[in-house]
Amino acid sequence: MTLHSSRPDARTDLLHGTLDMLILRTLQWGPQHGYAIGQTIRAQSSDVLQVEAGSLYPGLQRLAKKGWVTAKWGQTEANQRAKFYRLTPEGKKQLLREESRWNELVQAIGRVMKAALAPGTEE
Amino acid sequence: MTWLRRLLRHAEMEDQLDRELRFHLERHTADLIARGVAPDDARRQARLELGGPEQVKEQCRDARGTRWVDDLRQDVRYVLRTLRRRPGFAAVALLTLALGSGATTVIFTVMHGVLFKPVPFADPATLVKVDEQTKGIVDYRWGDRWAFSYPNFLDCQRDVRSLDMAAFRYGGGTVSGSGDPEFVDALQVSANLMSVLGVAPIAGRSLLPEDDRPGAAPAAVISQALWQRRFGGAPSAVGATVTFESMPYTIVGVAPATFTIRGADILTPIAQNPRPFMRLRGAHPGISVWARLRPGATRAAAQAELDAVGRNLAAHYPESNANRGFIAEPLRPDVGGVRPTLWLLMGAVALVLLIACVNVASLLLARAVSQDREVALRVALGAGRGRLVRQHLTESAVLGISGGTLGVGLAAIGVQPFVLLWPGGLPGADRVQLDWSVLAFALGVSLACGFLFGLAPVLRAPSQRPDPALRAGGRSVTGSRQLHSVFIVAEIALAMVLLVSAGMLGRTLLRLSSVDPGVNLRNVLTSRMAVSPSILSDPGRVRAAWQTVIDRGHRVPGVRAIAMVDTVPMRAGNNQVGYWTAPPEPERMQKPLALANSVTPEYLDVMGIPLRRGRFFDDHDRLGSEPVVVIDEVMAQRVFAGQDPLGKRLWTDLAPEPLIVVGVVGHVRHWGLAADDRAQVRDQFYYPFAQVPDANVRRWSELMSIAVRTGVEPLSLVETLRHELRGPGGDQVLYATATLEQLANATLADQRFLVVLFGAFAALAMTLACIGIYGVQAYLTGQRVSEFGVRMALGATARDVVRLVLGESARMIAAGALLGACAAWAAERVLQRLVEGMIDTELSTFGAMVAILVLAALVASFVPARRASRVDAMTALRQE
Repeated sequence: MTLHSSRPDARTDLLHGTLDMLILRTLQWGPQHGYAIGQTIRAQSSDVLQVEAGSLYPGLQRLAKKGWVTAKWGQTEANQRAKFYRLTPEGKKQLLREESRWNELVQAIGRVMKAALAPGTEE
Repeated sequence: MTWLRRLLRHAEMEDQLDRELRFHLERHTADLIARGVAPDDARRQARLELGGPEQVKEQCRDARGTRWVDDLRQDVRYVLRTLRRRPGFAAVALLTLALGSGATTVIFTVMHGVLFKPVPFADPATLVKVDEQTKGIVDYRWGDRWAFSYPNFLDCQRDVRSLDMAAFRYGGGTVSGSGDPEFVDALQVSANLMSVLGVAPIAGRSLLPEDDRPGAAPAAVISQALWQRRFGGAPSAVGATVTFESMPYTIVGVAPATFTIRGADILTPIAQNPRPFMRLRGAHPGISVWARLRPGATRAAAQAELDAVGRNLAAHYPESNANRGFIAEPLRPDVGGVRPTLWLLMGAVALVLLIACVNVASLLLARAVSQDREVALRVALGAGRGRLVRQHLTESAVLGISGGTLGVGLAAIGVQPFVLLWPGGLPGADRVQLDWSVLAFALGVSLACGFLFGLAPVLRAPSQRPDPALRAGGRSVTGSRQLHSVFIVAEIALAMVLLVSAGMLGRTLLRLSSVDPGVNLRNVLTSRMAVSPSILSDPGRVRAAWQTVIDRGHRVPGVRAIAMVDTVPMRAGNNQVGYWTAPPEPERMQKPLALANSVTPEYLDVMGIPLRRGRFFDDHDRLGSEPVVVIDEVMAQRVFAGQDPLGKRLWTDLAPEPLIVVGVVGHVRHWGLAADDRAQVRDQFYYPFAQVPDANVRRWSELMSIAVRTGVEPLSLVETLRHELRGPGGDQVLYATATLEQLANATLADQRFLVVLFGAFAALAMTLACIGIYGVQAYLTGQRVSEFGVRMALGATARDVVRLVLGESARMIAAGALLGACAAWAAERVLQRLVEGMIDTELSTFGAMVAILVLAALVASFVPARRASRVDAMTALRQE
């Protein structure tokens, strides 16, 4: 699955939401710069989710605008200047909301898929 | 976050975004190298994965919601670049717009100052004007409104709680004493006039209620102008004495220069006027009443109170006040007849502005079409359609605002000369200035224009598909040709309205200038005159003083004849008198009216009025002899049609006994060269000043003028006459001096002014329309070079090509001319309503104007047509 968008429209809302959730989740372990966020998502999904820059940075702008993350310039371990994003308390709450929504969604999809496998049976 | 801070932060954020993406790229590259990718490959791969940095930025801007700032900046930069690249286009477009919006702004500035601004007093919204109003009787001269009678004013002032009412009455007169005697405008005012209007004296005090009483010590407030003129602005003037109408008034204060009512230089207490009519409830001696609503009071409440007082007075004084009430209306500046003129001019400049817009629209469209390839390329490269539309609108907004700014500059230069050129002086000229409302108007107009002409290319934009335009190699013009034709048709039609209007106005002026005024305009000097105020109460001495004036006047070298007259032809002012030819006296409203002139025997010689029958007056017509009257041919025809009027009796409102008609003279265009034909009162009669009864001599004397026929240039005699006629006390003055020619010309001043301006606007409109047609045809033919090449390769001659192009122009021009002719015909109806003496639509003038415009338009399209015909077939085809 690749997350990319060309233009915001209704169809990609779900994906947007998911990307936002992934970014927030990544930032839960502490401030990171954009590149590291992308790499983290990629690594943790075992290279399945490759977030393109064209989705990642607009996503970060979106989150910053909503007040869920804040950005600050800082030094990397390699002593380079980079822009670090940090989760705000609002962002933490949002992450919790997104997680529960996501779980509901996964369960719902799971139920549908199971039902499709064994029509007429109930759990 | 404010808009400005957002703009400032915007630059910083752009910078950060740039650095952030660069960092991303570096880290990615470094990671790839670390994984063993060759450095060059690593860099390329990193860049590939990032995608275009510009696209990423665009998406970030979208996400941030600040993209418009960026786009706007980019669009403006792009527009400025394209404009610089085509300086000719930019210059023509800007000049066109500057002229259009400049002219519009000038007229709006004047309208705003003269028509829309409130009276120049503090808190104008609470000021009202109060009139007497008659119910049931409507006089066709004044409608149902009347000036106040003084007793009615005093009752209203006392009983109406919600109004602070002030009265004033014109009372010009002679200031004498130290220095030359001069005639000044003056007002008799109630003591509270200045305080009601919120005007404080700049020296001394205002009039007090103690001054405003019969028998109080004469006190006066003088204007700042008079203070400077006669007292050099000395503080000691307050407390000094000014001799006005032979009466010494103590100056109690000086009114500021901003206080201008009828140009009055002296304010005297109205209650000190001892004349009997001031005590008569049935007399209406021209008293105006202005009032201020007291705090908390509304106009409706004031009106209710006025109604109650009116009913009360009608019950108590039925003879004078039956069916008479009072009406309060908002106080507005008195602007006389300039309103229709200003609206006409506004209409004319609006047409010019529209033509300018259409012109720029067609220029923009032509350019847009020639940019099709570029645009198509940009669409192919991913430019959003909305973005392209926005760019067009940005361009027209930039053009509109720049043109508007230039226009405001032109207006700032042009408005004062325009006001000064206004015939007879523009009322309220001092209120005319460029201010915020004018700037707001100019901005609004520029943006509206920008939107108007910006629409043209935008309308095309959605239909653009990149591939056909790219394939067409920039040659295709299909689709825009119709829009271009619409523009040309519109331009021709709009210009036609102005041109025909100007033509008809010109014809009107020509016709009016050649109209026989009924008098010989050459070498006649007229001047108002006041005899010594000290003798006014003695009729015998007044008569003698006037006789001396005539006698001394005769002795001045260069004077051929001299006469007294109370209403000079073609000058403002008239005396309408009811008459009847057989008893009993008709009802007041049923009486026909005539213009009455009280004159001395030489009047006919002075004016050159032809005697048709009988005789004019001589020195034997005096008090005690048979009262005589001479009527004009219009009245003779109307009243005594077919009969001999000589010896007939004529009753008038002037005297109880009938007058005997002794002569018939030619008709004089008293109302002016233009207006007389349509005037309601055209009958005229003359009666000898010598037969005016003693009781009226003073009043008549106050209105008197002298008229002199000269053998030399009339104005050269003014100083001699002024000196010769000063009288024994040196306090007899001439004022409002003018030659009859000047007066006659002044009656056509409005028409002349309109002709000049409409002429200028029409010329401008025609030039703009021709530029527009030239531009469109040059462009259209330029786009069809290869078509012409093919035609000529197939055997078409140069003449065929010219004919082809001209034929297309002619069709558009003809359509425009037809449409314009209809619109012009409608415009003529408007002009006829608003312009005095406007002639009926004249086919020859109409046709001539149409011909001029069509010819000019054809010439304008001939140049590109000829160029098209010179196309070399081989070169044209090789361009494929």
